[in-house]
Amino acid sequence: MSRQFLLPDLGEGLTEAEIRAVLVHEGDVIKEDAPLLEVETDKAQVEIPSPMSGRVEKIHVQPGQRVKVGAVLVTFADADGGGPSRAAAPAAARAAAPTPAPATSAPRAEGGPVAATPATRRLARELGVDLATVRGSGPGGRVTDDDVRGAAGKRPAAAPARPAQRAAEPAGPAKPLVQVGLEPPPLPRFEQWGPVERQPLSHLRRTIAERMALSAALIPHVTHFDKADITELNALILRNVEEAKHRGITLTLTSFLLKAAALALKDHPQFNASLDPAAGEMIVKGYYHLGIAVATDRGLIVPVIRDVDQKPVMELAKELASLAERVRAGKATLDDLRGGSFTITNIGALGGTGAIPIINYPEVAILGVARGREKAVVRAGQIVPRMMLPLTLTFDHRIADGADGARFAAGIIRRLEAPERLLWEW
Amino acid sequence: MVMGDLVTEVDVAVVGGGPGGYSAAFRCAELGLETVVVDAGKRLGGACLYEGCIPSKALLHVAAVMHEVERAKEFGLDYGDPRLSLDPLRKWKSERVVGKLARGLAAVAKSKGVEVIGGRAVFEDSRSLRVEGDEPQKVRFKHAVIATGSLPSPLPGVAIRSDRVMDSTAALELPDVPENLLVIGGGYIGLEMGTVYAALGSRVTLVEMTDGLLPGVDRDLVQPLARRVEKLFAAVHLNTRVTGLREAGAGLEAQLEGVGAQRFDRVLVAVGRQAQSAGLGLENTRVKAGERGFIQVDERCRTGDPHIYAVGDVTGEPMLAHRAMRQGKVTGEIIAGRPSAFDNVAMPAVVFTDPEVAWCGLMEAEAQRAGRAVKLAKFQWAASGRAATLGRSDGLTKLVADAETGRILGVGIVGPGAGELIAEGALAVETAALVEDVAVTIHAHPTLSESLMEAAESLLH
Repeated sequence: MSRQFLLPDLGEGLTEAEIRAVLVHEGDVIKEDAPLLEVETDKAQVEIPSPMSGRVEKIHVQPGQRVKVGAVLVTFADADGGGPSRAAAPAAARAAAPTPAPATSAPRAEGGPVAATPATRRLARELGVDLATVRGSGPGGRVTDDDVRGAAGKRPAAAPARPAQRAAEPAGPAKPLVQVGLEPPPLPRFEQWGPVERQPLSHLRRTIAERMALSAALIPHVTHFDKADITELNALILRNVEEAKHRGITLTLTSFLLKAAALALKDHPQFNASLDPAAGEMIVKGYYHLGIAVATDRGLIVPVIRDVDQKPVMELAKELASLAERVRAGKATLDDLRGGSFTITNIGALGGTGAIPIINYPEVAILGVARGREKAVVRAGQIVPRMMLPLTLTFDHRIADGADGARFAAGIIRRLEAPERLLWEW
Repeated sequence: MVMGDLVTEVDVAVVGGGPGGYSAAFRCAELGLETVVVDAGKRLGGACLYEGCIPSKALLHVAAVMHEVERAKEFGLDYGDPRLSLDPLRKWKSERVVGKLARGLAAVAKSKGVEVIGGRAVFEDSRSLRVEGDEPQKVRFKHAVIATGSLPSPLPGVAIRSDRVMDSTAALELPDVPENLLVIGGGYIGLEMGTVYAALGSRVTLVEMTDGLLPGVDRDLVQPLARRVEKLFAAVHLNTRVTGLREAGAGLEAQLEGVGAQRFDRVLVAVGRQAQSAGLGLENTRVKAGERGFIQVDERCRTGDPHIYAVGDVTGEPMLAHRAMRQGKVTGEIIAGRPSAFDNVAMPAVVFTDPEVAWCGLMEAEAQRAGRAVKLAKFQWAASGRAATLGRSDGLTKLVADAETGRILGVGIVGPGAGELIAEGALAVETAALVEDVAVTIHAHPTLSESLMEAAESLLH
């Protein structure tokens, strides 16, 4: 029995990856979990292990090629039943499942090489399309460029109507962003007002653009504002920062935020969920993997810390520091980047009094944190200086209402305001 | 200098300077990779340029001129008997032909910045090799390409050391024109070299182990050549083995099974070629050499070692320079990270005899073996105007097309110029053209290329 291994969901909204190295050869008999491929996204370079034991019948990709999630990477012959399911992470298990051939495929009646010109075959390699699965629409069943683009899920590039004179040159071949529902109206001719230049978007920028547009268009966002009094928390951090440093731990506010949010999520599970509109169901997650938005020189990346509810603050602080460093060095693994159930974005380092982030789809809520500042606050009739932290909780109005959001935010604030407990609660 | 003193660090080390090696090296250099070639002779061109394709075609051209002059007597043109001087011929072959092309390759290498290191390469591991010989050094590479080619195979079961027993390399040196020459092997090398020596004046006897010349080649294509060879050679013995070979006086005595003992002045052994992969230190890498030393590669020319590629004859049949060149280019592109593949459909093969035999793609017998429904067209050159003006009506053009779609799957041609004509066949097969595409393409009149159009037309209804 032959089975296909598809590029698994890479998390983080990544829809494609570049194959860096193929570590096996056709004909090799390999064991489950043996290194199969190295892929690189703009976020990380990772080794993908084999999801099953078996003989490698066909390798569909090659180094340098960009492939989309769901593209066939390797076909296994004599596959060993798919391997014990316990070993596979959810994403890997999904990818390992045998998939029916794409709808366009048809077993070709005749044997021998596929009828296609060398130029078309090259296009197929570039787009990661297995020609043997494409039905040719050309004369004599020849596979045309359009057939290949169709199989790759791309429409033939339509010639854009562009004014002939003094238009800015396109920066490269047209790569339309995936559109969300609305057709953007044509852009005006900016050249009529002054010089312009077209710049290509980086891969990460494109991904962010597409995911943000998707989230903003799909999710009715609502935002709740509040402030936490972190005077005590700040003092606690200051008291312990030297001692922590001594033990190799950079103690920061963010590790407490992680802990407080994870604990509050346990009380408000609808914020640790995803919505399945097709099924009319909410998928509530029994794990608390929290993403932390990290600014890098390439763009925003959201690495994930797993099981935040079960780890002490000191451990979270340690993990956070090494994760942020890996991300900034471009060395994060795919597992560092996927599987999040809730996201925190802390813009405090850059100042500001508050921000309304966009939800990290398919999550349903995101906590935005600005800079904590000393404010004049009234306590028991007295004006006292307190360190106040502005928070914004933005959530999907489909899964919760304003009152739920307020209660969830209050749950976070209550924990931040009793920091000693956070040190002990896990 | 102590070996290992000098360490050269490069992106790509190509081992072997033949067509596969220099094609890979040039492509790598074009794509911005720092590339060196390690070649035992410190030169580019390999067996193709120095002891194969090129010198043999130079000599075959001489044979063709002599044949044309002889045939000219038919239409009243008589130059008298030819007088051949071997020294000018050797000089022309080695200086004006081989030397000129060698200088050209060296100039290209220089312009592309490809350095050629003289010596024998031995892999020390997957990332380095040492060069033994005049320029000992160590080369550390990110990628290596093995392009060490092939060698003439010795005659199995017959051990004799004699200058009079030649392989194709020695025969191309043209040591003399023997009065009686035995050619062992009826493949393309035996037929081409037999043709040369017969034209130069040798009485050529050819023995072939199987029941026909050019084993494996379409019989319709072989037949006109077989008829011509029977006239040109003193004798052709099929189904015949050479069971013994010994020196006898100033010559050699060969035992031809079923024929008896015969005396020859020289013997040419042309029983095939074998991989040149021994002594490369492959055991220090993950490269696997299989049966008879051939290195197995996939369609991206990758060996079992992720850093090492192999191209050309050393990777097995068909051992053709143009295959090696395409593989070399593909390998350069793969190393540079481009999505390339050696996925060619049509592999043209040409036998440069008179008449020439050329084919590509799927031929009749293979289609039958594969149980594939095909339709065949044969166009006899007797109906070709151009063939008539050349006095050569013995040619044939054959098309194999898919019975249902009319897609051209294979093309075979026998006749003068077949080696040039096959290019159109290769284009048709490679681009999956239909018989209609070839039939409606205007072919210049009167030319031999019309035979392809005519054959295609006969399959249209």
